[in-house]
Amino acid sequence: MSSTAASAPAASAPAAAPVAKAPKPGSLKRRRTLAQWGFIAPAVIFMLLFFGYPLVRNVVMSFQHYTPSTFFTGEAPFNGFDNWKNVFQDDLFGKALWQTILFTIGSLIGQFCIGLALAVFFNRRFPLNGVLRSLILLPWLVPMVVSGVVWRRILDQDTGVLNSFLGLFGAGDTPWLSSTGMALISVVMVNIWIGIPFNMVILYGGLQEVPKEMYEAASLDGASAWRQFRSITLPLLKPVITVVLVLGFMSTVKILDLVLALTDGGPADSTQTLGTLTYQNSFAQLDFGAGAVVGNILILISAVFAVFYLRANRNEGK
Amino acid sequence: MTAHITDGSRQRRRRLDRRVIVPLTVVSALVGAVALSGCGSQRDASVFTVLNSSTDDSYHGWDAATLKRCSKQLGVTIEQQSVPAAQVMTKSLRMASSKSLPDIIQFDGSEMPTFAETGGLLDLKKLGVSTADIPQGILDYGSYKGTYYGAARTVNTLALFYNKDILDKAGLPVPTTWAEMQATAKKLTKKGSYGVALSAGGAEDGVYQFTPFMWSNGGDETDLDSPEVVGALDYWKSLLKDGSLSKSTVNWTQADVNDQFMAGNAAMMINGPWQVETLNTKKNLHWGIAQIPVPKAGDDSVGPLGGGMLTIPDVGDTAREKTSAKIVNCMTSEQEEVTYALNSWMIPANEKAAAVWRTKVPSLSSLADQVATARSRTAKLGSGWTSVSLALQSAFQSALTGQSSESALHHAQQRVESGN
Repeated sequence: MSSTAASAPAASAPAAAPVAKAPKPGSLKRRRTLAQWGFIAPAVIFMLLFFGYPLVRNVVMSFQHYTPSTFFTGEAPFNGFDNWKNVFQDDLFGKALWQTILFTIGSLIGQFCIGLALAVFFNRRFPLNGVLRSLILLPWLVPMVVSGVVWRRILDQDTGVLNSFLGLFGAGDTPWLSSTGMALISVVMVNIWIGIPFNMVILYGGLQEVPKEMYEAASLDGASAWRQFRSITLPLLKPVITVVLVLGFMSTVKILDLVLALTDGGPADSTQTLGTLTYQNSFAQLDFGAGAVVGNILILISAVFAVFYLRANRNEGK
Repeated sequence: MTAHITDGSRQRRRRLDRRVIVPLTVVSALVGAVALSGCGSQRDASVFTVLNSSTDDSYHGWDAATLKRCSKQLGVTIEQQSVPAAQVMTKSLRMASSKSLPDIIQFDGSEMPTFAETGGLLDLKKLGVSTADIPQGILDYGSYKGTYYGAARTVNTLALFYNKDILDKAGLPVPTTWAEMQATAKKLTKKGSYGVALSAGGAEDGVYQFTPFMWSNGGDETDLDSPEVVGALDYWKSLLKDGSLSKSTVNWTQADVNDQFMAGNAAMMINGPWQVETLNTKKNLHWGIAQIPVPKAGDDSVGPLGGGMLTIPDVGDTAREKTSAKIVNCMTSEQEEVTYALNSWMIPANEKAAAVWRTKVPSLSSLADQVATARSRTAKLGSGWTSVSLALQSAFQSALTGQSSESALHHAQQRVESGN
């Protein structure tokens, strides 16, 4: 098809020069637009199929009475806001929402601060820098579920390594995962451990971009290390910090696998998050409508932060 | 990447455009077509599929051997598809929506009612699956609302496993009542070693372990805040208070409990026969098995009935379904049941097969006695079991971490009634 369109004007050009000259730029332009769309099309189709469709489906599902029978009959009657009402009336939802907030804020602060400190530390030259840096990357390489299972053993109140170690100092009876008050804190700690490499790597990359001369100039002016950090490192690192925090937020707020492996949401729902609640609703109770509601809420929260992120980036461009 | 583009390269680029657009469009069209067509597959008339959760090497091998023998006997090819236990249900539902259900699905007993409720399972009696010599309790276990949907090959339940060496050394008999178990456990609890281990984790494992205490005490899943259920939970709490039960018990699955027992960290444990294979790998561990202790002498020890059951989903092809029934008959034949039971340390569902099995593994006969009185979790509530199970998990975990049993169970009962 495209080959005839391309060869036709070329053949007719000498015979009807004035007529052919006029449409030529037009068809060229059209072809260019077509070409541009041709390049965009795969991405658009991909996005619509694999992101748009599930998203819309999930929203629709949250207004449907979607049960195991639906898989056979294909019938999922609309039930208005019933699913939403049920989810909001469930005590567990409020609890999970609050715990998700605590989990996310705690993880982000911990990951970021330790990640930044390590990035600054590794930004200087010293022996074994490379080796140590790659060692710190290890948690990143371990699958989340594996980390969860290993940490569950480490944190076991009676037979865990951590308590045996603390026992040497006479403090070996911490109920890391077996008390309702402590479990969430322990899960946050493990997640911080997992998130440090990501924060460190990105921030370290950002630090490499900061011109060394600025520090030299600052130290000539007599700026202290802290002052240099505050007035040079932080401001210049701002765009990278935004990226790290937003990406960190998105991967933290939907946490599921780690919690399932560590505590299964327990003890007594003290580590339930919106992620585990979605899982429980959809795959334990097979109430897919309720699961979709919680899923949508998670998407909404992430979307709000994505907007903030885009805003911040746009201002950065100006 | 802001290199300047000369006119020549721009020209070349434009020519490239056409060459690229066509393949790109074709690729995106293909991707779209594949994605939209889903994975609905054509059935091969002579190939039958069994979906089960035998992802474990040994179980997968035993099942493969059974299916091979049945294939030969029936002159068809039977293939095995194994997914993790937690995914059997969701996988089956997905297959149902794409009209590609396997011919036989092995469900866990607690899940079968949910699938039966959708109308997706066939009545096994009508298809000619034999029910001869199967005890009523196991028939009920495989039934939902009076229809027999699930044929069990073997069943299992929980029992009290004890470390013979530790008990002998302390000169203590195997406990038979709650009071005895509490006293024995207390005596056997030393630094780094607990009297008894059980799973009170936040999943079906924990609920499964709670049922024998709840039921033997006269409690019932339909009334979670009854004094009997409260009493059972208080008993767990008292073991914890004595220090006979590790505080980590709320994080332990049944496999963790077994690990603790094998490591010598527990003198007794509540667990099931599926652990025997692992237990036997440790040669210097001498263990025995007994019925789960009862509230007072003379009470019945009521355990939960567990184990997978073979179901035949509605694939819309009567001839195929008839052959599937023959496969189920073959898999549940006396001989296959004995073989499978001996491999997996479970108890044959068929009475005659169970009698043969008892003579071969007398050490496990207390397990067979426990099965005789065992109860199905879903007999009373059917598909409603899942929400009760979730509420119960939360309740015993609350109670074991500080709340009173009464208020925790009261809250659980309210949660069940409000439908959340």
